[in-house]
Formats: sequence, C-alpha cells, structure tokens
Amino acid sequence: MYLTPWQTFVMILALAAGTLLTRALPFVLFPENRRPPAAVYYLGRVLPPAVMGLLVVYCLKAVRFTATPYGLPELISILVVCLLHAAKHNTLLSIVGGTVCYMLLEQRFFV
Amino acid sequence: MSIKQKDLALKPHVGWTGAFRAAFPRTLPVLTGYAFLGMAFGILMRTKGYGPLWSGLMSALAFGGSIQYAAVALLTTAFDPLQALLLSLMVNARHLFYGIAMLQKYRGAGRLKPALIFLLTDETFSVNCAAPVLPGVKPAQFYFAASVLDYLYWVLASIAGGFLGGVLPFDTTGIDFALTALFVVIWLEQLKQRENRIPAAVGACCSAACLWLFGAESFIIPSMVAIMALLLALAKPLGGSMEGSAKEESSCT
Repeated sequence: MYLTPWQTFVMILALAAGTLLTRALPFVLFPENRRPPAAVYYLGRVLPPAVMGLLVVYCLKAVRFTATPYGLPELISILVVCLLHAAKHNTLLSIVGGTVCYMLLEQRFFV
Repeated sequence: MSIKQKDLALKPHVGWTGAFRAAFPRTLPVLTGYAFLGMAFGILMRTKGYGPLWSGLMSALAFGGSIQYAAVALLTTAFDPLQALLLSLMVNARHLFYGIAMLQKYRGAGRLKPALIFLLTDETFSVNCAAPVLPGVKPAQFYFAASVLDYLYWVLASIAGGFLGGVLPFDTTGIDFALTALFVVIWLEQLKQRENRIPAAVGACCSAACLWLFGAESFIIPSMVAIMALLLALAKPLGGSMEGSAKEESSCT
C-alpha cells in the first residue's frame, strides 16, 4: 500500500461520490416528465468516446517511447487487440488476447 | 446477448422468483466479463499492496469498472482526493446519458429506484434496455434483479481476485494491460458510429498533447479541461445530433 488506510478510504469515497453523482444527476434534475435540454444530450453523447480516448492515453502515460523497448510491447498488444476485435467482434476475446500477448511479451521477450 | 424468449417462457414464475429467473440468463454475458475483469482488478490491487478487503470495498462503494482501474494508479501516487473525484466525474460522465435514457423506464420503481440508480453500469444498462415483458413480474423487479446480479458478480470477482492475487501459480506481470485492452476495445466500439469519431479523436489528441506538455504526473486535469472546452466549442459542427436527441431516446427499446 502506498497510502495510509484512512487516505485509501477517503480516495474510495471520492471515487464513489463521482460515480454516484453522475448516476443520480439525471434523475435528480429531471424528476417528472421534464425533457432534458439539448446540451445534456450533446455532452452525454460526445463524452463517452472522448473519455475512452483519454483513458487509452492515461494507460500509456508511463511508457517511454524514446528508450528500449520503445513502447513496443504496448503497441504490439494494442495492435493485437484491434485486429482481434476487427476479426471477431468479441469484446472479451479481444481483451483476453491482448492481455495474454502483453504478458508474454513482458515476461518472455522484453525482459 | 439475446436469450430466446421461449427458453424463459417454459416455466412462468411470478414475483421476485420470476424476476431473478428471467434476469439470470440475460446477465450471463455480464457474468463472464465481470468475472475476468473483476478478478483482474482484485489481482491488480493486490500487486499494488491492496488486499481483497480493499478491492471488495472499492467495488462495493465506487461500483464502476473503468474508474476503478484508473483509480489503481491514483492509489499509488500522492494522496489527492480532488483529482480522484474529478477523474471519477469525467470517466463516469457517460452515466448521465444512461440516466437520461432510463428516466422513463425507472419511473415508478418506488423504493427500488435508489438502488437501480446506484447500480446502473454500462452492462446493466444494456441488459435492462432489452428487458423482456414478463407476465406476473413487474418491470422494476426485473431491473432490480439484473442490477443486483451484475453488482454481485463484480464485487465477488474483485474479492476473489484479491485472494487469488497472492497465491496464483503463474507470473501476473503485465496483467494490468487488461485495463488498456478494455479501453481500447470500448474506444473501438465507439468508433463504429461515425458521429463518435471526432469526439474520440478529440479525447485522444487532447490527452496526448497534455501528456506531452504537462508530463505524466499532472496531465489529467488539463486534459479534462481541454476536452470539455473543445467539445463544447465543437457543439455546433457536431450538433446535428443535438436535434437527433429524440431519436436517441427511443433507441433504447
């Protein structure tokens, strides 16, 4: 553990608050038959793909592309995920395949 | 994902029994996914020194797959609950859309409604969107059954992963790539729809630019601000879909 138990607990509560707020907000704001404004639809629609882009970058933030192995395990495994997904359209298979590929690369080939 | 109606109709059950019997087969795809990702989450937490109690507690309280994975990194850096809250709000912003889509369906759920709202994940959303009409079972009962089952899969899997993490007979180095793979897959899924491509590119490009400008330790909040600003600035060109909101509302049937 990097944080103290209390710090960890506070972090979990902060995360839970964010999750709960986003889930509850539409129901709090639009309790009856009220129609949500267009901007709500707009952000609800465009944020998911944008956030996923952020998350992919977020996962790669520690990768150093200027030194060996130049992020190759990550790039190869992401390519495997994309190819598997294009071929089979099976979310779970793509995730398992990419992860197994990455684990093999990290443990066997780029030690 | 689709379970044939006749399989469920063989034995009609009423009330809560009927609700859970009907919901269980429909949540099987979720069970598969959550078992792997939940256990991977528990194992990942374990590798950072957080045991099954912590992974279970986080799953039970901050129930929301992607943010929990992202949070593991936050638990291994300086204590910053504000950043955790902001990241959680951003990552979970998609729930706003699910909430809006479920406003009608969850109306009249009464005492069950707070639980339905708390448990509304991407996967539960899809299961409940495609909920069957069952004689003798109230819709809210089915929604609740599916929500609770999904919740249990996730919490139990992350606890199991926490226990297994320490005793697994194989090297788990690199298992956290499941997170990257998950986000890549969801990102690819988003790209299938043409109108998602510009937002998806905005998210990736803003984040990459901010990572380069601000460094790995402090690029998240600038990225969020940049994404929000750029998306709002692009509201007009992307906004053809703002008029299409009525269509989106009815797409969940």
